[in-house]
Amino acid sequence: MKKNLTHLQQLEAESIHIIREVVAEFDNPVMLYSIGKDSAVMLHLARKAFYPAPPPFPLLHVDTTWKFRDMIEFRGRMAKESGMELLVHVNEDGVKKGVSPFTHGSALYTDVMKTEGLKQALDKYKFDAAFGGARRDEEKSRAKERIFSFRSAHHRWDPKNQRPELWSLYNTRIKPGESIRVFPLSNWTELDIWQYIHLEEIPIVPLYYAAVRPVVERDGMLIMVDDDRLELKPGEKVEYKPVRFRTLGCYPLTGAVESEADTLPEIIQEMLLTRTSERQGRLIDHDQAGSMEKKKQEGYF
Amino acid sequence: MAHQSELIEKDILAYLKSQEEKSLLRFITCGSVDDGKSTLIGRLLWDSKMVFEDQLAALEADSKKVGTQGGAIDYALLLDGLQAEREQGITIDVAYRFFSTDRRKFIVADTPGHEQYTRNMVTGASTAKVAVILVDARKGLLTQTRRHSFLVSLVGIKHIVLAINKMDLIGYDEEKFRAIEADYREFAAPLGFTSITALPISALNGDNIIEKSGETPWYQGPPLLHFLETVQVEDDRDEQPFRLPVQWVNRPNLDFRGFCGTVASGTIRPGDEIRVASSGQTSKVARIVTFNGDLDEAVAGQAVTLTLEDEIDISRGDMLTRPEAPPLYTRHPEAHLVWMHDEPLQPGQLYLVKTATGVTPGRVTAVQYAVDVNTLEQKQVATLGLNEIGLARIELDRPVSFDPYGANRDTGSFILIDRFTNATVAAGMVLNAPDESQRAHLSAGESNPWAPRRITLDAVAATNLNLVDLTEEKGLFILDLAQSIRDYLDKGNRILIRLRDLSQLEPVAQLAYENELAFEFDRSGDGVSILLFKRGTTPLKGYGDDGTGI
Ligand SMILES: Nc1nc2c(ncn2[C@@H]2O[C@H](COP(=O)(O)OP(=O)(O)OP(=O)(O)O)[C@@H](O)[C@H]2O)c(=O)[nH]1
Ligand SMILES: [Mg+2]
Repeated sequence: MKKNLTHLQQLEAESIHIIREVVAEFDNPVMLYSIGKDSAVMLHLARKAFYPAPPPFPLLHVDTTWKFRDMIEFRGRMAKESGMELLVHVNEDGVKKGVSPFTHGSALYTDVMKTEGLKQALDKYKFDAAFGGARRDEEKSRAKERIFSFRSAHHRWDPKNQRPELWSLYNTRIKPGESIRVFPLSNWTELDIWQYIHLEEIPIVPLYYAAVRPVVERDGMLIMVDDDRLELKPGEKVEYKPVRFRTLGCYPLTGAVESEADTLPEIIQEMLLTRTSERQGRLIDHDQAGSMEKKKQEGYF
Repeated sequence: MAHQSELIEKDILAYLKSQEEKSLLRFITCGSVDDGKSTLIGRLLWDSKMVFEDQLAALEADSKKVGTQGGAIDYALLLDGLQAEREQGITIDVAYRFFSTDRRKFIVADTPGHEQYTRNMVTGASTAKVAVILVDARKGLLTQTRRHSFLVSLVGIKHIVLAINKMDLIGYDEEKFRAIEADYREFAAPLGFTSITALPISALNGDNIIEKSGETPWYQGPPLLHFLETVQVEDDRDEQPFRLPVQWVNRPNLDFRGFCGTVASGTIRPGDEIRVASSGQTSKVARIVTFNGDLDEAVAGQAVTLTLEDEIDISRGDMLTRPEAPPLYTRHPEAHLVWMHDEPLQPGQLYLVKTATGVTPGRVTAVQYAVDVNTLEQKQVATLGLNEIGLARIELDRPVSFDPYGANRDTGSFILIDRFTNATVAAGMVLNAPDESQRAHLSAGESNPWAPRRITLDAVAATNLNLVDLTEEKGLFILDLAQSIRDYLDKGNRILIRLRDLSQLEPVAQLAYENELAFEFDRSGDGVSILLFKRGTTPLKGYGDDGTGI
């Protein structure tokens, strides 16, 4: 009897293989956990890879202090459910200097609180491999990145000189101080992620589902008023609208979409019928052409 | 993603169900520089409505700024995502893109045509099942077309689309199209492809990509997308013998010991007998454990955890197989190598060999030949340089489980890693493992350390692997011929002897003199190659018989 694996089963197997390979070959791996839907799938795959044991590495969240409150709550819940250690790192330098998305602009803010914060955490714990949930279909420089992506001791990515990566034979060799970023979801698309969440009933942050939430319109985006740190500018007013998020990040930088979709199939339906890509809701990608490649070179995920 | 939008709107659950059944096809585009690979994929994504509105706005702006089409849309910019690529108008590294139609899902790897970036092309090819090889209709076949075709055949891709592009620039001329197709079929005949489908296209204008073009009424075949949707790629991994390279041993507590890995081929069920390739120990499968419950069968491609009925010693690096069909278990695989680094291969130097079962130190003991990618002829070489392809002998520090690459891509492949720079320097595909007894080998008699060593050449079988390597001989030596070798030479066979330098020539000349043999002399790199044979016999096709008239 011939059993062909479906494309989701093939993607799942590839990801599990990647995750196991990292654990087998590295001394001190970590999973970057950003609490979003891709992280949810990545965590789920890690749990599958080592079942019945919990995944033998910690979760790391680089907290900018501007995440949605729902995300922080969900983070604690998933760490407990998976039986994994949760490390939370905040760039205290940035906090002391009062760096915020409102005062410093999204580019500098992202650089200090996310990229710098991430590098600090990787250095502090001396991780030699870090899983990230990035997908190649998200953005054109990500489409070029290897699954095992080499980083220099200064966390830099050299896109013009990547190691060849053949079959499922990954070169995991590094020198002290160097590291590898590993992307087990490289070959998944946004639709694959949603479909898999649906099939496997993977828990996700409630913000993905539509609900009536307080929002203000700013720079053409709907920003949710998640706490009292969001100061209204003249002319802005808080409205209560049925909204949801296609992607989750820092609340002042993440645009909501008006939507009534409050079930998974409806979310998927909406995603399939829309004509814009998911990253559109992220302010940080709009700042300049090639900005993702540049940020990645500097150590961003 | 406009396909099936009606069903999506009306019945999303039915749509999702239909998505689950779809198969996945991985393919690549390849061919020479500027033949239009990236443009083709850009156009395919565009025409199949895979480009979102915000991406379209970005593409229009980019086309004006850095496009090659004088401000009109440059589809290649959908693929060439790196700053350096956009500035230079070329592809440097492989881009992976994803699209789907009502019938299939696709992962396409758009690879670079520049020779300098061949390693990135091989990266894309290693996981693909179909290759779209582009040719510029004005230029015909170029060296890179041939190199890529050869590489594609080496990595085991069986189905070729020969996309003859830029037909708009030759007035959609059928005769020119047919001439290029005929050229290609002649060149590719020895490469053993299952199918070659030639298509006249214009990537820029979209001719014969999604729909049949009105410009080529003489072309009867399907457009590219239709071909990709329907091509049958054989996957017989389930019918091959069971292989599970053990990736990780899962021991959360004393009561559980699971062997994790991806089934490389075959199927397995609880109760099936398995054998450990290294130790020969056997046991039976107790459970196939997964997060979603135990399975009653695991098939090729699945990542699983097996528990066994007996406590036997198994660790990462081992391979579990069925007892009746063990893999090769050898220190001496012979393999095709694609050299991917600026520093040429150093025969004798230690590299790290990474296989499906882990990392083992090893060295390349000899390069049997390199292949001229233009003529596919074999030429005798001492080493391989950047982008060269050849057949090599490997010697591993300890035995490793392999299958011939032709039988199994996963258990027949390896990469070589430089121990000092950690660079991935070569890709390897195992051909076979010549049995020890079949190789020309040296048997040295016990003797006192001051006298010349007496070395007898014996046990050469009728294979083309008859190489005697004396480069490591430190002191003086004398050579003898066993009767079996004399008979072997009488039949017209040849033996290749490698020497470190000229000081080692004398004993070889002595041997030839005593046995009335002739020899050809060649300088190869730092060393010397001597081809030993009997004059007056018609040489069999064998080692060193490379058509260059030795
Ligand atoms: N007239 C015409 N021009 C084309 C066609 N296809 C591609 N081109 C042009 O040929 C040039 C090279 O196209 P690319 O798609 O970048 O070529 P490529 O094969 O991806 O090149 P590399 O990846 O660098 O090897 C560009 O200027 C394209 O616009 C075609 O069908 N007709
Ligand atoms: Mg290109």
